[in-house]
Parts: sequence; structure tokens; C-alpha cells
Amino acid sequence: MTAAVQAKPQSRLLLSGNDAIARGVWEAGARVAAAYPGTPSTEILESLSLYPDLYAEWSVNEKVAMEVAIGGSMSGARSFCAMKHVGLNVASDAFMTVTVAGVIGGLVIAVADDVGMSSSQNEQDSRFWGRFAHVPVLEPADSQEAYEMAKYAFELSEAYNTPVILRLTTRVCHVKAVVQVGEKVAHAIGGFKSDARRWVMTPANAKGLLPAQIAREGKLQALAEASPLNFLDDGKDKRVGFVTSGPAFMHVRESFPDAPVLKLGFTYPVPLALVEKLAGQVEHLVVVEETEPLMERELKAAGLQKIHGKDLLPRLGELTPNVLIPAIKTFLGEPVPPATTYPKFDPFPRPPTMCAACPHMGVYYSLARMRKNVQISGDIGCYTLGAGHPWNALDSTISMGASMGIALGMDKARSEETKDKAVVAVIGDSTFLHMGMQGLLDIVYNRGNVTVLILDNRTTGMTGGQNHAGTGKGLKGDDTPRVDFTKLVEALGVNPERIKKIDPYQLPVVFKTIKQETAIPEVSVIITDRPCVLSEFYSKIEPYKVVDEDCTGCGNCINVGCPAITVKRSESKVRPDGKVNELKFTTIDTAMCTGCNMCVESCGPKAIVKAKPAVAAE
Amino acid sequence: MSDVITNILVCGTGGQGVMTAAEILSQAAIARGLDCKKSEVAGMAQRGGVVTSHVRFGKRVWSPVITPGTADILVAFEVAEGSRWADMLRPGGVAMVNTIRLVPPVVSAGLFKYPDDPVAQMRAAGVTVYDFDAGAIARELGDLRLINTIMLGAIADYLPFPAGELEEQIVGRFREKKPAMVEVNQKAFAAGRDAAESAKTKTSAA
Ligand code: SF4
Ligand code: SF4
Repeated sequence: MTAAVQAKPQSRLLLSGNDAIARGVWEAGARVAAAYPGTPSTEILESLSLYPDLYAEWSVNEKVAMEVAIGGSMSGARSFCAMKHVGLNVASDAFMTVTVAGVIGGLVIAVADDVGMSSSQNEQDSRFWGRFAHVPVLEPADSQEAYEMAKYAFELSEAYNTPVILRLTTRVCHVKAVVQVGEKVAHAIGGFKSDARRWVMTPANAKGLLPAQIAREGKLQALAEASPLNFLDDGKDKRVGFVTSGPAFMHVRESFPDAPVLKLGFTYPVPLALVEKLAGQVEHLVVVEETEPLMERELKAAGLQKIHGKDLLPRLGELTPNVLIPAIKTFLGEPVPPATTYPKFDPFPRPPTMCAACPHMGVYYSLARMRKNVQISGDIGCYTLGAGHPWNALDSTISMGASMGIALGMDKARSEETKDKAVVAVIGDSTFLHMGMQGLLDIVYNRGNVTVLILDNRTTGMTGGQNHAGTGKGLKGDDTPRVDFTKLVEALGVNPERIKKIDPYQLPVVFKTIKQETAIPEVSVIITDRPCVLSEFYSKIEPYKVVDEDCTGCGNCINVGCPAITVKRSESKVRPDGKVNELKFTTIDTAMCTGCNMCVESCGPKAIVKAKPAVAAE
Repeated sequence: MSDVITNILVCGTGGQGVMTAAEILSQAAIARGLDCKKSEVAGMAQRGGVVTSHVRFGKRVWSPVITPGTADILVAFEVAEGSRWADMLRPGGVAMVNTIRLVPPVVSAGLFKYPDDPVAQMRAAGVTVYDFDAGAIARELGDLRLINTIMLGAIADYLPFPAGELEEQIVGRFREKKPAMVEVNQKAFAAGRDAAESAKTKTSAA
């Protein structure tokens, strides 16, 4: 990453798509950049923050990030914002209107689709937003293109007075490939010039701008037809010609080296004439697009013949060679070579777990123990892992910040069977600030009976530990005011007596507080306060060990869920009454254990003790 | 330079250094002037879950992912993970496996079973496996973090360029930042090469 910042023009670097985009944005002379972290887009802003002469921030959510970028653009600064696919849903309100108002400084929006869903709650195709908002969409296929298109997008934006979507997928963002970088161009900030007709979107003003938006789309169509980002990569096997964009091009080129492939980088408006030209040369046309049959439908609607797409290819997931080759060969009536020669072994699953000493474990350990009497509404982030083994302590996770509203709905929709169950909402600090506050306000306002757990670990954990308004640090690690959750929650209207701040490592306190607050029929908020073990605020102390002679094999400590605790020996013991007891004797990995003390509280016979002297490398 | 692409799949579990190993391999390839693509599985997988990285290099690399059944080398930082990805190998490909067993909580809890001998399983299916205890070698050298260098050393003689170029990529990183680590990494690299060699001899003798 640092290498890209310092790299001299023309040097050849191994860069991820995200780092390549950052370099392109900087070279284009952008002055304002904002984002909320989200896989697979997170590293773009992290990378940008290392460049000089550019303002870069973590915003509280994508809507705000979009707004910051719009403000920059209005002021004549080239401006940029980045988000993951679901982030554009959040930002869509501002986005749909700025497309009418247009830009002053180039405005580029990078949207990263999680094709194949490595870590998202859904798989959605952001190219739709381009059509919806009438803005051009550029789709790079690898790091080099990501870098070039990021740069070009600013020119396009300014030349046509429109925001531009740079649509990415995981295989662009997180693939490292060779990039040859170039030189930074200077781009001064013009400063904001008052123009109410343009920036004040009353119906009359906006209406006046709409015809320009439609006219612009026509010009962009012509531009796409002629754009060098769209080209035919010819081949001699004319049975099937492919129409592709993004990494799908790479997969097609790899799978069918002899086929003609139309490689589209400027994908909206669709360059129809180009496609028609290819159609004239081949027997069949197959549109290979991830994920929705968007272009396919547009081409069919335009009356093009012999178009195939999702009739042959899957609608979900990546279109990698192992998917493409059998599909196309079957279509052509050719034998399909067996995919692999070795069998699949399929050992046990290895789901992600929380880190050793993760402060969330104590909360889920406690919730798991009262599982029968609670309904638990969860949210997006590391604490979603509470849905897994051994806690199984989540009933829902829908979208960012939704835990509160969903909990209120659960509360208001109690049935005969659930009327006595407590409703709990669990949310993280960053997520609460992102979109959770509004939900809590709604619970207060509508007199919900929900116990809200704000798990403050002072970072955005799941995406890798980014700062936010609750950490007291900015994107560059600079000091900023740190939000006081207790006061914030109080300001939203929660009764101060019902706001409890606790140490999640003190299991008895955690358990007692949740028990007590869930029993009181009004909204209460429990805030935990321990930093993420991967954050700079965390300090490790002396580890613990299990004393073999004292361990009874009850297996209680395993339920804490700490990965440093493992079973070293199991035993079946027949009790006098004939029942069989499964005993699990445990051990603690002293290299992993941070001495957080949580498991100690779970151990009845007090078999877990300090491992002094601290074991370094045995 | 031929058009042949080298496909290397690095696998293991979160926190083992899989990503770094893949990065070093890729850097060695581009230092050679080759085209290279490296894909990773990130996001949720980092928290102790399954981690893989696809490294592909050659004159011109298109797809960033290895098609199942075409990997030349599988480098497994954990033995069961080796078996999980063995079907990615092409016929005649080599699996270089660290025999460490990392047992996840779902297995500890008795929900699933850890295979008794993943290496034997792979061999029975015809996979060429070279296995050794990289953890033991690292401990002997005094630092468990050396597993990474040892595993890279182990595949160094199976790459289409001299082992020394890969070694230089590893050692070069330390030379700037932690010169004290240069020598021990050189040793670890050599130890990895030796371990692979004796694993090979042992396997072909058996
Ligand atoms: S990264 Fe932090 S929040 Fe996430 S599981 Fe680990 S300790 Fe917990
Ligand atoms: S004290 Fe117990 S719960 Fe905490 S890190 Fe160590 S083993 Fe894990």
C-alpha cells in the first residue's frame, strides 16, 4: 500500500484493485474522499488516506459519505466516495438527486458488489443504479483498468456534468495484479458559487433540469459506442461470441482463448451498435455478466437476435472458468471434460469464530444461558458471530442498524407464546452510530419494551478495525472528540436510570445486568466497554492455564466460546443411576490467551489459574 | 518465456500467514517480469475460518482464480485444510502439507469429527503429498512465526524460477525492517527445502 503512494510514474507494482483505484483517484487530483468501511470496498479509503493533498474521512454511513462528496463537487473539488453494494442503498436518496443537479468538480462513486457473497447479507447488482439514476457506469476487470478508469471517471464526470459509477466486484477489489502507474495532475478547487436554480431542488428547479438529464443520456450513448474502454478482442472460433464486462471478461478469455469477445468497460449506456457488429460475425452471442441479466435484457429488448445469457449461465455467484466451460460446451454439444480428477474430501466445517478474549463473548455466553426467555435481534458486524457455535444467540440479522427497529416490531407483535419473552437488540458501536440511533429513538418514542445492548469495542471490528466517531480517532489516526454513548443515549430519551455501562469481562455482572434490565418493562440500554482485542487500545495481560487435577471435565468454559480453550481429552462416565456423562477436559493455549478472565468466572471448581511464569516460546 | 501459467493455491486458517506467503510468491513472480494475479478470500474468513489465496503467474494471466483441477502446487499451512483443497490440484500436482492439526471449536464440541489422517486420505485418492511438521522446525529455530518461511522454502524447488529468487523476496523484507531476522529466515528457508526433500524421499520410498 505504501509502495503505491511513493511509486514513481511508470513503475510496475503489484496492487489490489482497491489500492489501484486510490492511486488513480489521487492522480486525477481529487481533493475530497469519504466512505464508510464495507467489504470489499474498505481499503480504498485506507489507501487514499496515505496520499498528501487530499481530504479523506470515515463518514458515519454511506449517505453521509455521499453527501460529503457532493459538497466537495459543488465547491469545484474533484470528489470521491466509496461503498459496498448495500451502502449505495443507504446513500441512494442523495445519489438520486445529485444525478439531476449534476456536478462541478468531477464526482465519482465507487460501488463494490460482493459477487459470491464472501461477507454480506445479500448479493445485489449495482449496475441497476446506473440505469435508475441515468448515470454512466464504468466496469474495470482488473487492477490496471481500475486505476485507469478511476482517473478517466473524473474527466467523464466533468465533461458530461454527471456523477459516474465505478462498479467493482470482489474480484477486482481484492485481487492483486500488476499495475503500471502514472503521474498526478493538478486540479484546483474552484470554490462554491451560489446558484439556487441549480442546487436548490424544489420541484420547479428540478423539473427544469430533467430534460438535460435525458439529453445527456443520449450523448453518453454515443460516447459509449466510440469509447476505447469498449473493444472487440477477436478470435477465430466464430461459433460463439461473448459480450462481457468486469472480471467476467477475464474468466471468458481464460476459458475460451479462441472466441471473439466484446470487452465492455463503459457499460452504461450500453453500446448497442458495437454488440450488433459482433452479432453479425458469430453464430451465437452469449452475454456473460455478474450477476443479473441486465445487458442481456437490454439487448433483447433492442431486438438483437441470437442472444443467450442466463439461459445457459447461473444467475448467482461468480462466472469463473469452472462454471463457464461446462455451460458453453454443453450448449455447443461438445463433451464436457470432468472438472476435477481428485475427489472432494469435505472435512468438518471451520466457521469463523470470535477472537480469543473478544469482549462480545461474555455477552453471548450470558444470553445463551437465558436463551429460552429471550428473543434476540442482531445486527451487522463481528457480533453477528454470536449466531454461531457455541452461543446460538441471535434470532435475526437483516441489515445495518436494523436491529432496533426489528426488535421494536418483535416487541409490538407478541403472541400468547412470546408475551413473556424479553426482546433484546444487540448492536456494535460503529453500527449504532451508522444507523442504529434512529431505531433507538423510535423505540423510545413508541414506548417499546426492548433491552438494547450496545457492544462498544471502540472499533469497526469486522472490516478490520477502522476508526469511527466513537473511537476518538479519525481515518488518519488523528485525535478527534469521542462520542459519549451514555450521554448520546440519554439525549435520545432513554431514562438515565435504565442506562447501564458494564465491563463485559465480568461475567456475573453481565449476566445480572441483562437479567435485571430485561425484567423491567421499559426500554433500557446496556453499554459494554472493552476494546476489540485487535485494536490499539487492547493490552494483553498474563495468560491462564487449566490445572489438570482440578478440572472435572464439566466443559463449562468451552461455552464461553474462546478459541484459546480447546478440549484435550473426552471421557464417557457412567453415573450410578446408569446415565452417561460426557466429560470434556480442557486446555488453554497460553500463546493465544490474553488473560481476560472471562472463562475463569465460568469454571465452578476454580481449575483455571494464572499460568505464571508466562510461557513465551516453549 | 513460455505461455505456461503456474497456479499455486495457498491455504490454511485465519492468522497463519497464508496471505503473506501468497504475497511473497507474487512479488517474486513480478520481480521476474512475469504477469501475476493474486486473489484472496477475506472478510469473515479472517476470524479463524478457512483462508485461501490463489496465486497465478506467467506471461499473461487472465482469470484471477484457479480453475479446480488445475493447481500445480497446493501449499497447506494446516493438514485438514490441505485435504479440503486437494481437489484443486491437477493430476501430477504436488501438495506440500504442514502436519499441524488445528482443531476448531465445532470439532472440540463434538459436532463434527476431525479426520484421523488427512494425509493418508489424500494419498489413498492418488494425490502426491509431501508432509512434514513445520511447527517443530520453527520451534527448533526459536520462533513459530517462521512457519511461513519454512513452507515457502518447501515449495521453492517446485517453482519455474530459482529458489534463490524466492528467498531474496523473503529475506529482503527483513533486511530493511528487522535485519536481525535475516539469518534465521535464511535458515528457515533452507530447513523448509530440506524438509520437502526428505518428505519426497520418504514418500517415494514408501
Ligand atoms: S476482531 Fe475484535 S470484535 Fe471481532 S471477534 Fe475479534 S476481538 Fe471480537
Ligand atoms: S482468560 Fe479464558 S476466555 Fe480469556 S483469553 Fe484466556 S482462555 Fe480465553
